[in-house]
Amino acid sequence: MVKTFACSFTATNTDARSSISSVVARLRTLGIPSARADEVQIALTEAVNNVVEHAYADATPGDVRIKAELTHDRLWISIQDAGSPFPNGQLPEGKPADVNVPVKSLPEGGFGWFLIRELASQVQYERSEGSNNLTLCFEIQVTSPSAEA
Amino acid sequence: MSLTTTMTDGAQIVKVNAERIDAAMAIQFKEDMRTETEAGAERVILDLSEVQFIDSSGLGAIVAAMKQLGGGRKLDLAGLTPMVEKVFRLTRMDTIFDLYSSLSEATAPASANS
Repeated sequence: MVKTFACSFTATNTDARSSISSVVARLRTLGIPSARADEVQIALTEAVNNVVEHAYADATPGDVRIKAELTHDRLWISIQDAGSPFPNGQLPEGKPADVNVPVKSLPEGGFGWFLIRELASQVQYERSEGSNNLTLCFEIQVTSPSAEA
Repeated sequence: MSLTTTMTDGAQIVKVNAERIDAAMAIQFKEDMRTETEAGAERVILDLSEVQFIDSSGLGAIVAAMKQLGGGRKLDLAGLTPMVEKVFRLTRMDTIFDLYSSLSEATAPASANS
């Protein structure tokens, strides 16, 4: 059984926050265990923050579309926007922050891609027809009995 | 963003009265922390027990709050909910702060255990 749903919103921090909360609430009702839903929320938030901060950085905030597709053991989340492509058409590597530095040199950002890559099982990116299409895949053990493998 | 301060003998406790520290409020949080900690307490304990969600912007703002305390002062974190703790652990930021599971643990006499 495959369940899909989608939503779209304007790329601002406040709209992103409420839309992502709704998506994650819906995922919880579909039987995704709470701790995994937390992880999906972190990765999805980081991905959408990047759209707000980078893809639409030089333009009026455009739309972001989130589509979720849940199978018995996987959750696919795609995030689409019409903003700028990633530099060189490549996703950032997402290296872990170096914490072995003096306090004044500690990083205050740049954690986002590391978190996405840690939490998602798979990350795909495609630029087509002026849109960024980022897909995150999460392996999921759905707890609802109707969705057993 | 709402922060409230309680002064104790050994520390200033700053409680975050918000469910989230995220991209929408990270800059405000950092500025509010600057104002809140101006008095100069040597040890500041940030009570995060109300915070259910943090993203990398919020994490960066807490790191910034520690850095802006300056040398000789310390920012400890208390009452991390599981999701907040996960973000600190994954990014290894749990290694640069002292983390306490609760405020009472953070303020307990250090002599209680080694």
